[in-house]
Amino acid sequence: MIHSLFLINAAGDIFLEKHWKSVVSRSVCDYFFEAQERASEAENVPPVIPTPHHYLLSVYRHKIFFVAVIQSEVPPLFVIEFLHRVVDTFQDYFGVCSEVMIKDNVVVVYEVLEEMLDNGFPLATESNILKELIKPPTILRTVVNTITGSTNVGDQLPTGQLSVVPWRRTGVKYTNNEAYFDVIEEIDAIIDKSGSTITAEIQGVIDACVKLTGMPDLTLSFMNPRLLDDVSFHPCVRFKRWESERILSFIPPDGNFRLLSYHVSAQNLVAIPVYVKHNISFRDSSSLGRFEITVGPKQTMGKTVEGVIVTSQMPKGVLNMTLTPSQGTHVFDPVTKLLSWDVGKINPQKLPSLKGSMSLQAGSSKPDENPTINLQFKIQQLAISGLKVNRLDMYGEKYKPFKGIKYMTKAGKFQVRT
Amino acid sequence: MSGNGLSYSEQGGEAAPELGQEAATTTTPSIPAAFGLFCSDIKKNEDLKQMLESSKDSAKLDAMKRIVGMVAKGKNASELFPAVVKNVASKNIEIKKLVYVYLMRYAEEQQDLALLSISTFQRALKDPNQLIRASALRVLSSIRVPIIVPIMMLAIKEASSDLSPYVRKNAAHAIQKLYSLDPEQKEMLIEVIEKLLKDRSTLVAGSVVMAFEEVCPERIDLIHKNYRKLCNLLVDVEEWGQVVIIHMLTRYARTQFVSPWKVVEEYSEKNFYESDEEQKEKDQKVKDTYTMDPDHRLLLQNTKPLLQSRNAAVVMAVSQLYWHLAPKSEAGIVSKSLVRLLRSNREVQYIVLQNIATMSIQRKGMFEPYLKSFYVRSTDPTMIKTLKLEILTNLANEANISTLLREFQTYVKSQDKQFAAATIQAIGRCATNITEVTDTCLNGLVCLLSNKDEIVVAESVVVIKKLLQTQPAHHGEIIKHMAKLLDNITVPVARASILWLIGEYCERVPKIAPDVLRKTAKSFTNEDDLVKLQILNLGAKLYLTNSKQTKLLTQYVLNLGKYDQSYDIRDRTRFIRQLIVPNEKSGALSKYAKKIFLAQKPAPLLESPFKDRDHFQLGTLSHTLNTQATGYLELSDWPEVAPDPSVRNVEIAESVPDSFGGFTCLLSSFFLICSDSEDTEKKKKGISKKITTSNSSDTESASSEESSSDSKSESDSKSDSEPGKSRCTTSSKVTTQVSVPTKTHELLHRMSGKGLAAHYHFSRQPGIFGDRMVSVQVTVTNTTDHKIENIHIEEKKLPSGMRMHEFSPIECLEPAGSVTVSVGIDFCDSTQMASFQLCTKDDCFNVSIQPPVGELLLPVTMSEKDFKKEQGMLTGMNETSTAIPVAPQNSTRLVVIEKLVKAANLGVVPSGQDNIHRFAAKTVHSGSLVLVTVELKESSTAQLVINTEKTVIGSVLLRELKPVLSQG
Repeated sequence: MIHSLFLINAAGDIFLEKHWKSVVSRSVCDYFFEAQERASEAENVPPVIPTPHHYLLSVYRHKIFFVAVIQSEVPPLFVIEFLHRVVDTFQDYFGVCSEVMIKDNVVVVYEVLEEMLDNGFPLATESNILKELIKPPTILRTVVNTITGSTNVGDQLPTGQLSVVPWRRTGVKYTNNEAYFDVIEEIDAIIDKSGSTITAEIQGVIDACVKLTGMPDLTLSFMNPRLLDDVSFHPCVRFKRWESERILSFIPPDGNFRLLSYHVSAQNLVAIPVYVKHNISFRDSSSLGRFEITVGPKQTMGKTVEGVIVTSQMPKGVLNMTLTPSQGTHVFDPVTKLLSWDVGKINPQKLPSLKGSMSLQAGSSKPDENPTINLQFKIQQLAISGLKVNRLDMYGEKYKPFKGIKYMTKAGKFQVRT
Repeated sequence: MSGNGLSYSEQGGEAAPELGQEAATTTTPSIPAAFGLFCSDIKKNEDLKQMLESSKDSAKLDAMKRIVGMVAKGKNASELFPAVVKNVASKNIEIKKLVYVYLMRYAEEQQDLALLSISTFQRALKDPNQLIRASALRVLSSIRVPIIVPIMMLAIKEASSDLSPYVRKNAAHAIQKLYSLDPEQKEMLIEVIEKLLKDRSTLVAGSVVMAFEEVCPERIDLIHKNYRKLCNLLVDVEEWGQVVIIHMLTRYARTQFVSPWKVVEEYSEKNFYESDEEQKEKDQKVKDTYTMDPDHRLLLQNTKPLLQSRNAAVVMAVSQLYWHLAPKSEAGIVSKSLVRLLRSNREVQYIVLQNIATMSIQRKGMFEPYLKSFYVRSTDPTMIKTLKLEILTNLANEANISTLLREFQTYVKSQDKQFAAATIQAIGRCATNITEVTDTCLNGLVCLLSNKDEIVVAESVVVIKKLLQTQPAHHGEIIKHMAKLLDNITVPVARASILWLIGEYCERVPKIAPDVLRKTAKSFTNEDDLVKLQILNLGAKLYLTNSKQTKLLTQYVLNLGKYDQSYDIRDRTRFIRQLIVPNEKSGALSKYAKKIFLAQKPAPLLESPFKDRDHFQLGTLSHTLNTQATGYLELSDWPEVAPDPSVRNVEIAESVPDSFGGFTCLLSSFFLICSDSEDTEKKKKGISKKITTSNSSDTESASSEESSSDSKSESDSKSDSEPGKSRCTTSSKVTTQVSVPTKTHELLHRMSGKGLAAHYHFSRQPGIFGDRMVSVQVTVTNTTDHKIENIHIEEKKLPSGMRMHEFSPIECLEPAGSVTVSVGIDFCDSTQMASFQLCTKDDCFNVSIQPPVGELLLPVTMSEKDFKKEQGMLTGMNETSTAIPVAPQNSTRLVVIEKLVKAANLGVVPSGQDNIHRFAAKTVHSGSLVLVTVELKESSTAQLVINTEKTVIGSVLLRELKPVLSQG
């Protein structure tokens, strides 16, 4: 399926190549560079590019293009999903997935890639299994390795690959047994000029960090499972149990993983926790424009809104902006025309605002659209949909684990049109 | 360099060459830079070679790491091959792995040297550890050296019957590698695939289906027997395997089931092609009484939970399956999951949106409730924006058009002008599709004509032109407005569109049109070719309708055109002149000039660019590219009449190919009972989980059919328990009813065996102990009141050439307990007895097994055509035949097949004629074909013909089959 993989950085250098079948010359990437040139921005490069003998499927993440070369018909999502899995694995291994990191750990990268695909077909993609085969580098281990000459390659064999629960490694032992679950909800919304909601939906995930000894069997139940309209599970979740009882029952992988992602049904009205008052105007005659934004809390259930960042892509005609914020810091990049205002916490008594003027290119006409405002924010200890975990039980092991649940609401793609 | 220094200090023996190297380093600065670079490169490799030859693992490892670094950067490291390959047998796992990596990369270039490593892998293939066996096979098969094809073939064959499912999985991968190396091996590989398809392990399923798709996707007949198993295993297969299996099953289902789609829809599409009235009526009748094949339902039911997968590829695969296979009323369930994927990365969005675009053209209703999920955000990349717009346009209808148009208004103002232009196109499409809003849209577009951005204006003009064409009657005003625009607008397409409009409707704007021609005649030389053509057109049309005012102008334009640089324009000018200016030569044609130029033109149809993509299977690369990709497999149309559904019936015994004595027998009956008691599709998962929780040995895979030795003690303890035993016997009865002969033969009577009794029967399972072995199930029962210990086989007195694979000794058999074990015997295609001693701790008993000739065969599937071809080659000496009487109740096809298959292990060959039945098999040992034909004649007789090289077997078989049909 996947013939070869090329990693290309922002400057257009191929800094890693790996082949699973016969070697494909790196000149095949020329077609990719061509397409890259045609697309103005990196994210406009088409993910599928046909060439006379091959097809190039690429994903763009962390400023790196992962380009897979394939030779014949294959579901494109298969390859794309796999490439994303590769990026996730690198991130899992090295903390960040960057060109420098990959170059520094090129041997580990190569070993991991070797295990992930056999003849271009995915072999081991579960991070639990991979980590058993090839241990991720840590500072301590690097030091120890240089002194003792021992290796990163696990000396025991990956028995997990053969078990019924392939996602969990065997022989897990902890002195402190803990299981943490983060319920994180993101609001995607488009708000129109007048402040009314055009579309709003809530997407949630439950991320877990489970460090439990042995083979624990967990069940997680909700107070109001009906809220969950559409769900997708980690393979460990027993689907039948969910169908019949609306309970999540699973033997967890070891470490961090995403247990569940869900969509809250569209019937429920979505509470919008913030509002933006804006007054942005360009005048036809003068080369000055007015700019004023105020951000305030709306339905926050008494919680504070923090981590607020306002960004806006200004029209091309804007040369510079002179603004004064009532709190936080702001930056305007005159090249990319991107305004970014890091607000911080919203104090309901004293609403943060950003006021000032814009200088426009002399002679250019007034832009016909006001810029849209993108908002980021966080609200701790609140799941905006009202989802609540009822209880978490463990079977199959004797000890008493420490359990913790955290809720958080974030802005997803939150846009205000002006 | 620290590693180097280390080896240097510790190895006096190597000091000398290193010193020499040191000297080289000192000389480098003095020579020219380019040469120095080259030189240091050579030197570096030298030093790597030294490190590889050192006896310290750490130095070797260091060197290997640097070499892999070079490989990763794409630098050529092939000259190190001899030094690297020596380390293939290293004890250090990491060195070994890195050597493997290197080997796979360069073996193709250095074939001769690569051969040095082969023996290491061959040895590892015999390793007791399954993971080492697997990885040896993996590397061996990845070395692309044609000389080792036979070795690979052998290794694959062996691995495909390995006890470990993990090794078998790797064998499936190796099949594809061997196939791409040497396509000649196809036939042999298909045999292995056939064998592995029968595997029950979830580990193997995905990989073998992948191999099937790559090697022999046309052999759909191999799937029949495994169809239900694959459906049931699907939930437990790893996600990548799921995608491949689902795609394959989609293709399969389209060839095997009849269409579940509504008669009416089918009908209106079809009747264009069908001239035959009768056929239609018949069709109708069939569809009126449509009930879904239970197997078809099974597939839909078992794939549905996978919509909840976290893997976008799986969700997409299930969606396309529902789209192509489910009744239209059920396909709707996939839309929610597809919309969920839109939250994913940009690349996933791109593919999913493309597929939704195709779906939304045909079935609007599916995505209408999710309209707002396709609203465009200013941060989306342009390609995502355009796709979303496309879908919004497809979903537009009377009810939602007003909201949509309001949304479109914001898009038109977008800073992304390319997207704004696409929006205008979309508005145009909405306007033509929904007549209620045509006027509103038109007005909106006219407003856009005063937009400052030229691209927007130009696009509006083009769209307006198309809209006006659909209803030109009362739009004189708009045309006038556009004529005014001509002064300012510079985009060629827009100018051309305006000119065409004025020319086409010049009679509606009689005063303006000549003036426009005057203006453009002035600027003619500076115009774009596209515009020039339209000026000529306008001139011609005006000449015909209003020659008084425009005759001179037109001639002026035509003269300009005559000397234009572009031959297209010169050509057009000549053509127009001949047509409209009457002279002697032009003759009859110019009379019709007006009709030619001012004919009623059909309005252009504004269509989705995704209209023509639906002939590709959704979710495929070809669909994304809208061209057929290499290796694309066409999805066939539904068959008119479903092929025989009974081909998917499976005998339970065969569904557990690797049976190992009592344990598997027990296990399969365990499944059987569970499937009776709880009707769930995930039953296997549940059970396997139960097993692991009760017994934490994790080497047992989901269906735990392997590791007989490990689990033997367990199996013994289970078989001792009373219920276990009874289940075992019932299940074997079930199996015998289907195809395995009911007949059990006595091996040892309890009287002569001092209380130990043994029976045997032929289980007809191919290739457990090797290709040439017939497998025999021996049931040993203890009828005494004390334990019998250490039951085993001794003193085999076999005729020459015969071989026997014994069962591993049974340590202990409780009173009244019984155990079933398998032995494999290679009878060398003769009916001679295999004699041996069945021994216990205290006694030995002489026993023997004599095979009926029907059990020395293995069924073969072949087509009728192949059968006839083979039969043609086996005539004369090789043919035996006789006429036999047939009992009247035996004359139907089903009975004949049932009786013959019971009597001998034959494979049924599909037959075109009702009265002729054909069966094919091959002998177990030598693989010679045995072809059996039964031709039913009138007056209850039949002609029985057997063709085979093995004349002895042929005649014995004839004798044995004779009474089968005559008995009632």
